[in-house]
Formats: sequence, structure tokens, C-alpha cells
Amino acid sequence: MTKAGWFSLPVLLGGLVLAFGWHIAVGAKTVPLHVVLEALVAYDQSNFDHVVVTDLRLPRAVYAVLVGAALAVAGALMQGVTRNPLAEPGVLGLLTGASFVVVMAVGYFRLVDPAFIPLLAALGATVTAALVWGIAAAAPGGSTPLTLVLAGAAITGFLAAFISLAHLLDQESFDRLRVWLTGTLAGRSTDVLIWALPWLIGGLVLALLLAPQVTALAMGDETAVGLGVDVVRVKLLAMLSVIALTAAAVAIAGPMAFVGLVIPHVARILVGADYRAIVPVSAVLGAVYLLVVDIAARMVLAPIEVSTGIVTALLGAPFFVWLVRARL
Amino acid sequence: MKHAKTDIESFASRTGTVTAPRLRADSLCVGYAGTKIVHDVDLEANPGEVTILVGPNGCGKSTLLKAMARVLKPMSGAALLDGQSVHAMPTRDLARQLALLPQGPVAPEGLTVHELVSQGRFPHQSLTRQWSADDSRAVTGAMQAADIIDFSDRRVDSLSGGQRQRCWIAMVLAQETDVILLDEPTTFLDLKVQVDVMTLLRKIARQKGRTLLVVLHELNIAAMFADRIVIMRDGRLIAQGAPERVITTENLAAGFGLQASVIKDPVTGRPVCLPDITEPAS
Repeated sequence: MTKAGWFSLPVLLGGLVLAFGWHIAVGAKTVPLHVVLEALVAYDQSNFDHVVVTDLRLPRAVYAVLVGAALAVAGALMQGVTRNPLAEPGVLGLLTGASFVVVMAVGYFRLVDPAFIPLLAALGATVTAALVWGIAAAAPGGSTPLTLVLAGAAITGFLAAFISLAHLLDQESFDRLRVWLTGTLAGRSTDVLIWALPWLIGGLVLALLLAPQVTALAMGDETAVGLGVDVVRVKLLAMLSVIALTAAAVAIAGPMAFVGLVIPHVARILVGADYRAIVPVSAVLGAVYLLVVDIAARMVLAPIEVSTGIVTALLGAPFFVWLVRARL
Repeated sequence: MKHAKTDIESFASRTGTVTAPRLRADSLCVGYAGTKIVHDVDLEANPGEVTILVGPNGCGKSTLLKAMARVLKPMSGAALLDGQSVHAMPTRDLARQLALLPQGPVAPEGLTVHELVSQGRFPHQSLTRQWSADDSRAVTGAMQAADIIDFSDRRVDSLSGGQRQRCWIAMVLAQETDVILLDEPTTFLDLKVQVDVMTLLRKIARQKGRTLLVVLHELNIAAMFADRIVIMRDGRLIAQGAPERVITTENLAAGFGLQASVIKDPVTGRPVCLPDITEPAS
């Protein structure tokens, strides 16, 4: 990594702290930043602002940080391992696959126990990944960036149709999932967070451990073999990490589109092509990004709140188009 | 010309020692998905020498090289490094003894020359052993040897084809292995740059008695730089040995289906292949 690259990490961490404080400060009633700090370090139960900060706003800020970091790192790993600039959990259908299984299990089988949610999401992501890669590999020319994206789009459309159908057939049970399905950080219970956390931490640690191998892999499979990388093992472990991170993010916030696509590219502009730098920088950058997006989601049409996932999609889609034009 | 002469003599003839081949293919058969591409090949590459594999397109020379570098598994037979099967060794241990430069490698966008060359240190690092003074020394040494130290902070994708290829060779050198395999390292380069790259590779082999096995497209470049040349056709060896012995009208016809005469370079004494371009008299 370049000297400028190492310099950017403390700057980013500073930005993260600022965004975190700002995120907690804004809302229906603005809480001054120093009160936010007070509430975090010297909590006073009788102070109404303190209760708002710790009970309502702090969890949401924490979700934003975790989901943003998870999706950004998952995207970085996928882009590195597949050498595909368009790879990310959303574009390749993993988010929809994970949501589909969660929706069906919760809607039809009443599997509402939060312990099951990440597991179900992981199951959905795994099956979708296998399907998307299978379809892309069977296409003429094999699994190229383009065939993977097309297979991801097809699977996403197919599963989204099933979700709509289920919703139409049973309005009542699926209505509660409607907002979650757009990607939201509002009103999630901390139970889900507790069960998603092991997946998230496991996925992040694995990603950080794999980062040096991913850099070697990004130079081509043969080069990586020559350098002593066990290519099959690294690809499997990277997939495992991606699935754990996707499952945790979907369990907490639903399908949050395009975060995993945008952030790694910005990280690359900042720190270059080495995944030892891209992975941690993506994590911090993803957290900051989702905090800021969530602030916008609450402020732009206030007092109406827009789903965070709708805002990430609004911002991510033009970026996706630009990427296709610039890089494919 | 005295200087050039000693440079061309092989390591073994200069040192007067008879060295055992470091790298050997033993009745090696390789293929993809049940189709055999390399048939029963026996091959040797010696320390201090550049061994060059030539043959027509699709003859299996790259496939053979990939099997020697454990990228492909053999269907039968073995690829041996110092008598040990390369496919049986832990891949990272092997990467400290044998390096591979694949054909047409692509650096990720934005990678700097120094970062690329540093990748060569990958097999020497682990969770507990991160970047060390040894690594820095190896990377600087490799960049000096490949004469790219001036571009250290440039992006690889901003360099010319020849400069880029020297960066990749430096990465392989930074790996500090005795055995180096290269798949068509001069393809798409100008003649002058091809000669530069091959001169560099020969120097690398001479220093420290490294064993180089190179797949090459250009027959005359191969004849000019090889200590040992191997001709393949349809997955089988046609001939192997010193260029003077192997580059003959008969072998060129058998290996390439090429009608050519062979003359001697008046300066180096190396064989030069001159294809017949006139229609054969009836």
C-alpha cells in the first residue's frame, strides 16, 4: 500500500466517528452532539435525550455501521476473487436469495425465532450463489462478468416474482415484511442483531485473513498457484465469508442494494489494488456510507422516512451504469 | 567477443561439473477433461541453463509447462523437482523453490510496480511472519536485476509491454526460487525487447545456477538463447538437447512441418533457421 493509503485509514476512522455522532444527533428532535457524547459516556436515566440516544438511535447507528461494513467487505471479496468489477451480493442475486428464504420461512412457516433468521438467509444466499454460478458456467463462453450479472438478474427477477406472489396471496402475514424487503435500519429488534453478530464477526475475520491471498488471486489463478496459493481452498473460504456477511446483513436490514458494489471501487481509488488495504478500508468506508445514507433517508423527506435500501438503490444504480460503461 | 562467448557457454561447461537435472518430467501424460494433450513426455532441465520448449501452436508445450508448475495434475507419470513429485508437495513449500510466470498475466488495475514485485514474497510470508527486511532486500534486488527500479512507484498498467514484462519477471525473481518456469514471456513484444528479455533470463540462469524452463514461440530466438532446446509436436517430444544438435532440417520438418535450411551464425556459432519460401521444385 502507498503512503497515502496508510494515511487514509485514520482519516476514515475519524470520519466514521463523526458520521456516527451525526447519525445519532439528527432525527425528529435534534440532539446536540455534546449531549450524544454525554449519553454514551455518562448515561443519565432521567434525561429524556439520553434515553432517546441510547434506546432508539444508538442501535440504529450500530446497525448501519455493521451492515455497511459487511456488505462492502462481501463486495470487495467477490470482486477480487472473481476478478469481476460488477460482482457484489446484490447484483449477483445473493441478497434476493437470502431474503426470499427468510420471507418464505417467516411468512409461511412462522419461523420467527431470531436465531433462525441468519441461518435461513445463509441458506438462501448459498443456494442462489450455486444457481447463479451454475447458470453462468453453462452459458456460451462460461462464467464471465457479463453472464454472471445476467444470471444474477434472472434469479433476482424470478425470486422477486415469487415474493410478490406470496404477498398477494397472503397480505396479512407478508405486510410486516414489506418494509424490511426494501432494506431498512428502522425498528429492528436487538435479538436479531445478537444472532447475526457471530456470522458478521466470523465473516469479517475470515475476510481479513484471506485478504493477502485475494490480492494474489486477483492477478489470475495461474499466477496465484505459482505464488503458492491454494486457489480452490481460498475461493471456497471467500465464498463462505461472503455468505456469512450477506446473511448477517440481510438478517439485520433486509436486502440493501448496491452497497457492496460502490464501496470497494471507492476503496480502490483511495488505497490501490492490494486487498490487505481494500478489505479494512472497505469495511470503514461502507460503515460511513450507510450512516450518511441513513441520515439522508431520514432527513430528505422529513417527517416522512424513506427506506435506507431505497436510497442506496437510487445512488447505486447510476454508479452501476457508469461501471458497465467504463469497465466492461 | 570474448566476453559474449563465455556468457553463452553453459553453466555446466564453464564449471566443469556434471550436475543432475533439477526438474524432470517422467513419462508425463497431461490433459483436460479426459482428452490427453501431452503424451508420455520425458524432459530434463538443468541448473544454470535455459531450457526452451518450442513447437507449433497447440502442440501441448504450455500444457506441459503448467503440469510442471502443478497448475495441472498429470493423468499419469510425474513432474519431479529434485526427484520429488511437485504435485505431492505442499503448494506454498513448492512456491519457495519453484516460480511460475504464466502466459499474458494481467495486473489488477492500479497496482504499482513495487506492489506487484512485492507479491513475489507471498510464499515467504505467513500470519506470524509479516513483511521483513529480507523481503525488502529481495524486492529491491529483483527490481535492480530486471532494471525497473526507476518505475517503482508507477502503475503497472501505465508501462509499455516490455517494461511490464520485466516487472513480472522481477516478481518471479523476488520469489527467490532456484527453478523458474515461464510461459511465452516474449509474446507480443518487439524483436529488440524480446532480445532484452531473453538476455535478462539467460543472465538470471547463469547467476546462482538457476534452472529456467521457458515456453517460446520464436524459433530463432529460442535457438539463440537456449542451452537446451526441446521440440514438441502433437503432445510428444520430437527432440531435446543442445541447439546445435536439435535445430536441424530434419527436426524442423518433423516438429513444425517446416521446410527450412539451417545455417550457423558466424559470430555465436548458433544455428539459425531459414525457412524455404520458394516452391519446392517438382
